[in-house]
Amino acid sequence: MLTKRIIPCLDIKDGRTVKGTNFLELRDAGDPVELAQRYCVEGADELVFLDITASHEKRKTLAHLVREIATHINIPFTVGGGIYSTDDVSVLLENGADKISVNTAAVLNPGLIDELSKQFGSQCIVVAIDARHVGDEWIVVTHGGRTPTERNAIEWAKEVTDRGAGEILLTSMDHDGTKQGFAVELTKKITESVPVPVIASGGAGTMEHFSEVFRLGNADAALAASIFHFREIPIPELKRYLLKEKIAVRPA
Amino acid sequence: METVIIKYNAGNIRSVLFALERIGVQATVTDEPEQILKADRVIFPGVGEASTAMQYLRERKLDELIISLKQPVLGICLGMQLLCDHSEENDTDCLSIFKGVRVRHFEPGTSNEKVPQIGWNQIQKLSSPIFKNVDEGSYCYFVHGYYADLSSHTIATTDYTLPYSSALQQDNFYGVQFHPEKSAAAGEKILQNFLAI
Repeated sequence: MLTKRIIPCLDIKDGRTVKGTNFLELRDAGDPVELAQRYCVEGADELVFLDITASHEKRKTLAHLVREIATHINIPFTVGGGIYSTDDVSVLLENGADKISVNTAAVLNPGLIDELSKQFGSQCIVVAIDARHVGDEWIVVTHGGRTPTERNAIEWAKEVTDRGAGEILLTSMDHDGTKQGFAVELTKKITESVPVPVIASGGAGTMEHFSEVFRLGNADAALAASIFHFREIPIPELKRYLLKEKIAVRPA
Repeated sequence: METVIIKYNAGNIRSVLFALERIGVQATVTDEPEQILKADRVIFPGVGEASTAMQYLRERKLDELIISLKQPVLGICLGMQLLCDHSEENDTDCLSIFKGVRVRHFEPGTSNEKVPQIGWNQIQKLSSPIFKNVDEGSYCYFVHGYYADLSSHTIATTDYTLPYSSALQQDNFYGVQFHPEKSAAAGEKILQNFLAI
């Protein structure tokens, strides 16, 4: 049976892992390669690395880091953050990334998704959607949650899938960093609207939150950062809990 | 021992190279016929689309080369599918090493089953030396929208919408649908077993 995936996310700045609340207040969480290796041993199913470095040196340092990760870990990993072109993607895949994720660039230029999926295959193109609840709809926000757009999140999810996205990484910016649980309703709406897997992100604080987003939100995978980095919820314990809850996961 | 990875227009070749490095094997990525012919082990990886890949192989006569190989060959993912008779993906005739095996598109019955299948699933009914010391029901990482039928070549099965071949064998040719290079300890064991055949 295909299992639900548990995905730790590592935010990278200048080669270090950082984690903030609502994308602000960064605190250092250590060496990304060491942390990635720890997660492999603990039974993470996949890893996501989001580079939030803004410097000009970014491309070179990120390529180097990706290469380091690829030579040290034996599970799939996705790299995102500031990818704007097919060249950016080529470099990351050449250095061993399994998938790449695009966010703001795809909103600014939706044709990029078609280009990327055509050139590299849908299986390695993840489109990250950051959403915020405004009035009675979910809208897409960009630039790490700072810039609202006109786009409806559910419509956008359908569009990116039509354009060739192989997976959707859905983050509720209202829930991110709160530890009050995932955006279950939104996740459910999106999983029902698209044929590709959906990774739910933002708001994980307890083991029950994971069970909710899998059972009620129909998520294919769930992503979290700080609760894993700071060992608030150890992955083996989370997986034992989910198995007891009759949710199929790969035993740690 | 010389291990080569066949270079062609399908992704994930670097991932295989890095995975071999992790188990201490230096492999060469090449499309040079002589180098492939004299290698002790040949890995035929691949992520991508079947007809484009077959066209590329035919243009470079790598199709004839591959079917002539006598040393152990391991097809991974699309590489495995290309060793079958035919793929429904753009109605593509393949290399016919696994005779009678057709590759079909998943037709899920419920909205909970997405296509492609992405993630960790179990491999069962393991019957080949490449699964030596690999537990029945081990989890491996899969990414695919097309699957190979069950057949007399089947050496492992997996369930997703239906039971299908997650590994096939004919003489010196082995194929796995999952990605051993991304399947944690179980995947590394399978790669080691293949190299030790």
